[in-house]
Amino acid sequence: MNYAHLLSELTVFVLAVFVGVEVISKVPPTLHTPLMSATNAIHGIVLVGALLIAVVAEPRLGPALSILAVFLASLNVFGGYVVTQRMLAMFRPRPQSANRSGPARDDLTIRLTDDWKP
Amino acid sequence: MDATAESVTQLLIDLAYIVTGVCFIVGLRLMNSPLTARRGNTVSIAGMAIALIATGFKLDFAASWWIGAIGLGAGAAVGIYFARAVKMTAMPQMVAIFNGCGGGAAAMVASAEYLRLDPAHSAVPLDLAIASVLTAIIGMISFSGSIVAFLKLQEVMTGRPIVYPAQQVVNGLLLAIAIAGLVCVVVGYMPVAAFFTSLVAASLLGVLFVLPIGGADMPVIISLLNSFTGLAAALTGFALSNDVLIIAGALVGASGTLLTLMMGKAMNRSVANVLFGAFGAVKSSGSGGASTVAADATVRESSVDDVANMLANAHQVVVVPGYGMAVAQAQHSVRELADELEKRGVEVKYAIHPVAGRMPGHMNVLLAEANVPYPALIDMEDINPEFPQTSVALVIGANDVTNPDARTNQSSPIYGMPILDVDKAEHVVVLKRSMKPGFAGIDNPLYALDNTSMLFGDAKASVDKLVGAVKALDQ
Repeated sequence: MNYAHLLSELTVFVLAVFVGVEVISKVPPTLHTPLMSATNAIHGIVLVGALLIAVVAEPRLGPALSILAVFLASLNVFGGYVVTQRMLAMFRPRPQSANRSGPARDDLTIRLTDDWKP
Repeated sequence: MDATAESVTQLLIDLAYIVTGVCFIVGLRLMNSPLTARRGNTVSIAGMAIALIATGFKLDFAASWWIGAIGLGAGAAVGIYFARAVKMTAMPQMVAIFNGCGGGAAAMVASAEYLRLDPAHSAVPLDLAIASVLTAIIGMISFSGSIVAFLKLQEVMTGRPIVYPAQQVVNGLLLAIAIAGLVCVVVGYMPVAAFFTSLVAASLLGVLFVLPIGGADMPVIISLLNSFTGLAAALTGFALSNDVLIIAGALVGASGTLLTLMMGKAMNRSVANVLFGAFGAVKSSGSGGASTVAADATVRESSVDDVANMLANAHQVVVVPGYGMAVAQAQHSVRELADELEKRGVEVKYAIHPVAGRMPGHMNVLLAEANVPYPALIDMEDINPEFPQTSVALVIGANDVTNPDARTNQSSPIYGMPILDVDKAEHVVVLKRSMKPGFAGIDNPLYALDNTSMLFGDAKASVDKLVGAVKALDQ
């Protein structure tokens, strides 16, 4: 067991926790749902781990389970980010002009274009 | 590749991971304002892309690259498809299921890494062993717990608390088994069997600890599960000696924990009380709380036209949305009603209780979907002083967060929970499906007040009728 290595990892972990608390506590309640969704996508970073254990000469979980691990993690990443983007696209500082509002908003198309300016 | 080139590549990959960590932090930092939040998410996506590309170089087209390609391609396709197709009202369960996927993946990665270290035949370094087992335990709790949360929110199973005798004893036993497994792994006694025993116990525990959580407590549990998956990702980082996983996981863990505590505070309940108290226990004492509504108290039912008149002649209307609005998908109709009223010079605001809905900030997203500008959405502390100057408080599918018993009746199960002081408005109009009590199973004396009138029916249908009636006033 390599103590120096473990200690440096623990240092990174502890500092990141403090950065996280500091940054998150400044997010207004209005954005708490997108925030949850965004952090949800961020922990999809476990995809990196999934790829590392899957794409080795002889995957320990066997090909099927390795594919499943990568599948679950990338579901987390891609789904999470698209959902977050969709939510954030809806937040507007003032009402939209009439031609944009109304029933057209009921459809499920996502609007990834920057259609408003603050 | 010669040795030098290899170490340079490794260095570049590690640097790329640091850039990813910075992107995640900056991305979250930009979420401190709705104006910059989208840019924040884009920065975060860029960080993730950098990490994935760097990982691609690290793998350097190993023989089984196709395993990664298939998993990644399928996951991306399915994830993007569902993320696009899901309705905004189904957001909480969508977040729950994606969260569970992350937890499950972390548990699988940890298992694979542990097996790779060949614990049956050689001594595994203690730190890696502990990190692997803990990842597997926390990841599995998050995985199975999120699936139960998803099923509850999707209403595949009942959203009410499911309670049975000796619930806490069973949960305690499962936790003890998981920890015993951890100890066996550490001391090296039948490590592989112990590892998987922990894994199974943890997945059962995940199911059983979410079962007794009722719908109204979902904001707490969803953020808690989010923080679990974050922690699992960080622990995976320890197991794989990968700093980017540690940083990202720690950020998410901190965020989820913070939100969990905030939600608990907003309900004036400790997180432990939410998790283990179940409302089942509270409910039995709830009969005492209901007593403030005199048996002969009558509620006044109002007509659509009366309410429309009242709204149209108001100077300020405060809309109080709750989960009922989400269920009825009434947010677009509500916006339409607000537009009509604003045309007549009525000031319309929205009062947002921190735990209204099924996840933190749930109402804000729904109203944003309906094009309500976010400056009109006002937090509890800021809107409460305004109720005495408000002509009409329009309560749409919210119940417990408006119950004045929380302020005054010490025997009420929700006594002490901060509420929206709608009863202080000149008039209160409550849109409600029926007189059925809210989630907590307690009566709301608000409904019997002199200045309260009720409008029964589906929230969307009622609001649509109100829109029609307000429009008809012109003619």
